Amino acid sequence: MYQHSRLITNRFSLFQKFKNLDYILLFCILLLGSISLATMYSTDGGEVLFHTKSHFIKFTIFTIMMLLISFINIKYWFAIGYLSYLVVIGLLIGTYFFGITSSGSQRWINLYFLNLQPSELMKIFIILCLAKYFHRMRLEKVNSIYTILTSLIIIILPMGLVIVQPDLGTSLLIAISGIAVLWFAGVNNRYFIYTMMGFIIALPFIIAFLKPYQKLRVLTFLNPDRDPLGAGYQIIQSKIAVGSGGIFGKGFLKGTQSYLEFLPEKHTDFIFTLFSEEFGFVGSALLLLIYAIIIYRIVAIGASSRSYFAKIFCYSFGSAIFVFITINMSMVLGLLPIVGSPLPIMSYGGSSMLATMIGFGIVMSARVHNQQLIA
Amino acid sequence: MINSPSDNVQKLNSINRRMFIIGSFKFFIMVGIVSRLFFLQVKENKKYLTLSDKNRIREWKLAPVRGEFHDYFGNVIAGNFEAYQLHIIPEQVDDFRYVIYRIKDLLELSDAEFNKVLKKKKEIKPWETLIVSDNLSWQKFSKINNHLYDLNGVKPVISISRNYPFKENFTHLIGYVSQANQNDIDTNESIKKNFVPGLKVGKIGLEKTFEKSLIGTNDVERYEVNAYGRRISQLEFQKGEKGKTIRLTIDTEVQKLANELLKDKAGSICVMDIYTGAIIAMHSGPSFDPNLFVFGISQDEWQLIRNDPMKPLVNKTLQGNYSPGSIIKPIVALSALENGIMNTNFTVKCTGKTEMYGQTYHCWKKKGHGFVSLRNAMKQSCDTYFYEIARKLGVDRLSETAKKFGLGEKVFGELFEIEKKGLVPNTQWKKNALGKGWLLGETIITGIGQGYIQTTPIQLCLMTAQIANGGYKIYPHIVVNNDVKAQPSDKYMPLYENSNNIKIVKDAMFGSTNEVMGTSYRSRIDDPKYQFAGKTGTAQVKKITERERELDLKTFEIPYEERDHALYVAFGPYKNPRYALSVIVEHGGNGSTTAAPMATKLFKLIIDRHKIRQSMDEKKYLEI
Repeated sequence: MYQHSRLITNRFSLFQKFKNLDYILLFCILLLGSISLATMYSTDGGEVLFHTKSHFIKFTIFTIMMLLISFINIKYWFAIGYLSYLVVIGLLIGTYFFGITSSGSQRWINLYFLNLQPSELMKIFIILCLAKYFHRMRLEKVNSIYTILTSLIIIILPMGLVIVQPDLGTSLLIAISGIAVLWFAGVNNRYFIYTMMGFIIALPFIIAFLKPYQKLRVLTFLNPDRDPLGAGYQIIQSKIAVGSGGIFGKGFLKGTQSYLEFLPEKHTDFIFTLFSEEFGFVGSALLLLIYAIIIYRIVAIGASSRSYFAKIFCYSFGSAIFVFITINMSMVLGLLPIVGSPLPIMSYGGSSMLATMIGFGIVMSARVHNQQLIA
Repeated sequence: MINSPSDNVQKLNSINRRMFIIGSFKFFIMVGIVSRLFFLQVKENKKYLTLSDKNRIREWKLAPVRGEFHDYFGNVIAGNFEAYQLHIIPEQVDDFRYVIYRIKDLLELSDAEFNKVLKKKKEIKPWETLIVSDNLSWQKFSKINNHLYDLNGVKPVISISRNYPFKENFTHLIGYVSQANQNDIDTNESIKKNFVPGLKVGKIGLEKTFEKSLIGTNDVERYEVNAYGRRISQLEFQKGEKGKTIRLTIDTEVQKLANELLKDKAGSICVMDIYTGAIIAMHSGPSFDPNLFVFGISQDEWQLIRNDPMKPLVNKTLQGNYSPGSIIKPIVALSALENGIMNTNFTVKCTGKTEMYGQTYHCWKKKGHGFVSLRNAMKQSCDTYFYEIARKLGVDRLSETAKKFGLGEKVFGELFEIEKKGLVPNTQWKKNALGKGWLLGETIITGIGQGYIQTTPIQLCLMTAQIANGGYKIYPHIVVNNDVKAQPSDKYMPLYENSNNIKIVKDAMFGSTNEVMGTSYRSRIDDPKYQFAGKTGTAQVKKITERERELDLKTFEIPYEERDHALYVAFGPYKNPRYALSVIVEHGGNGSTTAAPMATKLFKLIIDRHKIRQSMDEKKYLEI
């Protein structure tokens, strides 16, 4: 490693840090933020009301926070990998005992200045934790029973805490984040294949354990017309909204489906539907392009990072974000059953945005300190 | 650094390779989502756009404006008036309880009515219209308008509704409208198409028959609504068409007189133009006010009408099956003449009763008429004479002539669904319907219009008209129809073998009215302008027992239900006839004393009105 020693330096000047920021990524995030604000403005019926204001404040604060995070050396983020995971686990346990219940699910914890949904944070911090866990590990050791069991415990523990809330959707997303890290860490392919097969075999039993409303969602997904005013309503109305948008959309603030309140959950999970209705195929494709650029930049930052930790974090985070986006979009386009999963940055919701922005911050930090080696 | 450089390289190779694999996956998934978007938004756009419009656009149909009925002179006999209504939209009211109690006070609503309103309010959504009252008097309407300042959300509305200005005069002819029920919707396509809650449709009479032309088309309002069905904005208003106006051949003045004559009596009057078949008046008494039904009749009023022993709900002109009594005699005489059974010189000796086939048949005159010829027999309505010629004629030949002149079949065809066919019996009929052979005694009583024979008043009027016009077939009609082509080809086809026979019968009827000893002599008019010829009839309701015959009770001494029906048919003016009429008074006693005097009054008016009617026709031709 000595040939690189001239590049190794622990001291980065502020100017250098600014210079090292990924401006394409930053621009895309700000663009996405503006689009989400405009969409939120539309959900408020063309007025600056609660959702718009709140979303604006959160976005501003979290963007500043992201920049702050990016100026902190990546090695410190490496250092708090386990701690942050434990803190969020603590929060999840706290939620279990002191959480706020809303629409039948105890997901939020009151931190006095905001209601936090720890399960959203876990989507990011599980990556941080596992990235640290695999950072120093030799490739042979990765596939040892001990390693796999430990990492599985790291994944299953928060999953279990989230499932009991109950919130199946988020717990699956947490699992996906963790599994992404396992994949990039080099866990043998056959484990994934075995798990997949095991899952398929276990599927009938899992369905037997599903709650009635969850079963209903699956059935509804398979045939939304079986109860068009009840369970199928969301999927049908969402598809109508997207489909009626056409090539160029109905125009800003002219989405009749959302304006006339046919769309459910238009601030959160179904925000893409509203966007798609008002801006059409062209707008939706552009939005997807922005997301694609963001993910591409995250992966590129990972590729250019010298430290294995930064690499594994960026790759996993990029993949996780990609999965969040595709799951949300597939859901509103009627390709997947309805699972509560927000669209990163676009959807209203502080915890989700906080988690995403922390993720972006760490990625940005990896970019700023891309020559940093972590022992 | 625990890791050896070679391990590091391995790890880097592994992670980058796997990133590449995932990256390709991502690419395909992205392509998948974009193609899904393309499918929904470009390919299926039309379908979803339609669904979206279906979501957001809702139509409200308003009740169409119903077409009117006019009489021959253009007077509105069934029209529309502006009904004053009171609507409330509950969500626009700040304090519903206060407002509704205030309205209760102002309108002096009874508790029952008030509870009905409250119940209705519970059934509708808060933004839907609650109709508090659908037909307010002007006083109450203006009272509400004066208090509007503290009745927020209350809307006085003027809505179009059916009105029958001549009240009971046209009830049986035109019928009435009332709120459509499920049966109306199911059986009538045009009601189904135009249905709105509260729509009023024809229930009986011409209102029902001409529903399709009268109903018109709805006004349509298109609104943008939200997911909860609340109206956001009006997008379109499409004016509907008013239903067609139907002009009738009826003369309101004559109709009114008919109504007056039948006041407090059960019976029927119809007047017909003997050449065109146009109905001048057609009335069934007693009648009732059709306006009662428009906004729903109250239970008390309904019971009053329903339980009236004179049966106001029955249209006696079309539904009443009566034995024609002596009214049939002109047809019997005509049939006998036509078939060469006898000639004008044929005489019969009437002794008051006659023995035939072991039974005694009585003439109405106990002392008998002595020797009578056809003219005298008709004039004095001698039963014995007609027993004899009926016997010689036979029922089959008689029924053939009777049917030719319009008895035994519906006069208006399908125009009125309630119309009865009546019954003209013959031997074949009895065998088929009752499974028994015809008895000769039955022929004899058929000759004086008793027994199986049943006729409706309109049939008798048509029969008289077709004798009066010289024996030519006419088709009675009520609706003015200028379409000449639509008229049947056998109109004006002669119904006689020898036109002289018709003249003989007409002359005999003249005698019956205008000569001393004639049955309706006392009702005659000597002025040739009004002079008419007719035939009385008295139809027995039950068989007269020997004891009753001994007693010879006066009409008023017999219980109402057992009194004879009084009948009269006539045509006039005799010299140049134009109109025929039939009068029936149920349980009226005697044709000559009850029914015939009505004809006198009617002819005076009808003939006076003739000129006005004629000038109306000329005007029509001038316009063309």
